[in-house]
Amino acid sequence: MANYSANQFKNGLKVMLDGDPCSMLDVEFVKPGKGQAFTRVKMRNLITGRVWERTFKSNESIEGADVMDTDMEYLYGDGEMWHFMDPNTFEQVAADQNAVGDSAKWLKEQDKITITLWNGNPIAVTPPNFVELEVVDTDPGLKGDTAQGGSKPATLSTGAIVRVPLFIEIGEVLRIDTRTGDYVSRA
Amino acid sequence: MTYSVEWQPTASLAHLRQRASLLKSIRHFFDQRDVMEVDTQILSHCAVSDPFIDSLSAEYRPHPNAEGQLLHLQTSPEYAMKRLLAAGLGDIYQLGKVFRNGEVGRRHNPEFTMLEWYRLGFSLHDLMDEVESLVSEQIPDLAWRRVSYRDLFLEVLGVDPFQASLSELQDACRQTIEAEFEDEDRDTWLNLLMSHLIEPQLSGAVFVHSYPPSQAALACVHPDPTGNMVSERFELYLDGLELANGYHELVNPQEQASRLSADQQQRAALGLPQRPLERRLVKALEHGLPRCSGVALGVDRLLMRKLKVESIAEVIPFGFERA
Repeated sequence: MANYSANQFKNGLKVMLDGDPCSMLDVEFVKPGKGQAFTRVKMRNLITGRVWERTFKSNESIEGADVMDTDMEYLYGDGEMWHFMDPNTFEQVAADQNAVGDSAKWLKEQDKITITLWNGNPIAVTPPNFVELEVVDTDPGLKGDTAQGGSKPATLSTGAIVRVPLFIEIGEVLRIDTRTGDYVSRA
Repeated sequence: MTYSVEWQPTASLAHLRQRASLLKSIRHFFDQRDVMEVDTQILSHCAVSDPFIDSLSAEYRPHPNAEGQLLHLQTSPEYAMKRLLAAGLGDIYQLGKVFRNGEVGRRHNPEFTMLEWYRLGFSLHDLMDEVESLVSEQIPDLAWRRVSYRDLFLEVLGVDPFQASLSELQDACRQTIEAEFEDEDRDTWLNLLMSHLIEPQLSGAVFVHSYPPSQAALACVHPDPTGNMVSERFELYLDGLELANGYHELVNPQEQASRLSADQQQRAALGLPQRPLERRLVKALEHGLPRCSGVALGVDRLLMRKLKVESIAEVIPFGFERA
C-alpha cells in the first residue's frame, strides 16, 4: 500500500497503526502562528473499535491499509463461522465471532450485508439499517390493545430479543432498526 | 488536487453582507485615527524567512514562451510596510489578501484577509489597547485579559516554559497527547502544549505576551523582572482562536540580519526550501525604522467569532475547495 504523509490525511482514510487497520474519523489542521504545523486525527481502530486521538507532524507519514467495504449476501452460520457471498463474483468469505460481533443477531439469510475486508479478510459486518424478522416467541397478544401503552419482549427468528407492543403475536414479521434495536412497525 | 464542482458560495449571503460591513467599519476605525491605508505588492522577488510559513510561488514571464522567473506571494505585508515606515510614511494600515501554502482546515484557508497596522511611538501595551478597541467595536461583550506566556503555562500546566528541560516538556505533552514523533526543538513541544492543552482553556479575549526569545520573530527582546529574556510579542486569542500577532518592532539592522540568516539556516537543517531573503528590509532598518509597534489580525477569523461560526469557509465567498 501507498504511504500517506500528514498533509494528505482526510476523513475516511484507512491506515495501519501499531499493526491494526484504522479509519480516520476527523482530521484537524493545527498551526500555531509561528510554529510548525500538526495534524490532529481522531481515529477508530477497525479491529478493536477503540476511538482515540493522535497528533502528527506534517512530515510524518504512515502506511495505508488495504481496507474496503463490500456488499455481500448472508448465506448461513455453521455455529462457528458466518458465511457470505459476493453476488457478482459468487466468491465466498467466512467471518468469525470477532468480526461479526453484535451484528450476529440481525443476520437473516439472503439479506444484503456490508462486509469490511482487510487484506481480503472480513474484520467487520454491518447489517442493513432496517431488517424484517419473524417473531418466534412472545407472550400471548392482548385483544383490542392496538393503541399505546405497554410493551413486552419478543424473540425473533435470529435469536434477537426486542421490546414490542402488547398486540404483537407469534408468527408476525416485524421491521426493526438495527442501529438502535428498536421495533419500528409490522412489516 | 481535486476541487469541488459546486458553483454556490460557501458563505451565506447574510454572512457576506456582514463581511462587507466589517471591512467598511475597519476602514472607518483607522480613518478616525488618522492611520493611512496602503496597498503594497502581493508578488515579491523575496519571500518570508519564517521556517514554518511556506510561501506560494508564481512565475513571471517577459513573454508567454519565455522561461519563468519565480516570484512569491506575500504571507504578510510586513516587510513592505516596514520599508514604507523607514521611508517616512508614518502610521499605516493594510487590509488585503495574504497567502500561505499548505494551510487548509476549519480555521485555515491558504488565501485569507489580513489586517496589518503600525503605530509610531506605541508600546506593545498601547497597541494591545488599540486592538482591544477595534475588536470590541465588533464584539462588544467580551471579557478581556492580559497574561504572560510564562504565567499562562504555570497556571494551566504547572510547567515553566523558560526553565523546563526538553524531556520535561515532552513528558508534559505525552501525559495527555498521543504524539509518537521525536523532535529536538523545544518550541515544537511548547507549541504542542499551547495548541492542544492551553488554547482550548482560553475563554474570552486573552492577550498572551512576553514569548520566549526563540519565538520572537521580528519583536524586540529584553530581560523581564524574573531575569528571563522575553520577546515583546503578543498573540490575541478569542475563545481559544488565534486572532492577532503583534510586536514591539525590532529596529536594529544587525539583529534583523542575523535573525534572517538564522531562519535560513534552520530551513536548511530541516530540508525546507531556500528562498531569496528580504535583505532590503535590513537596508531599510540601516536607514532607520522609527520606534513602533505593529500587529497582524486575521479578519476572517474575527468575522467567525462575531458570527459564532466554526468554519472559515462560512465567512469567505468561496472556500478553498470551491475557489
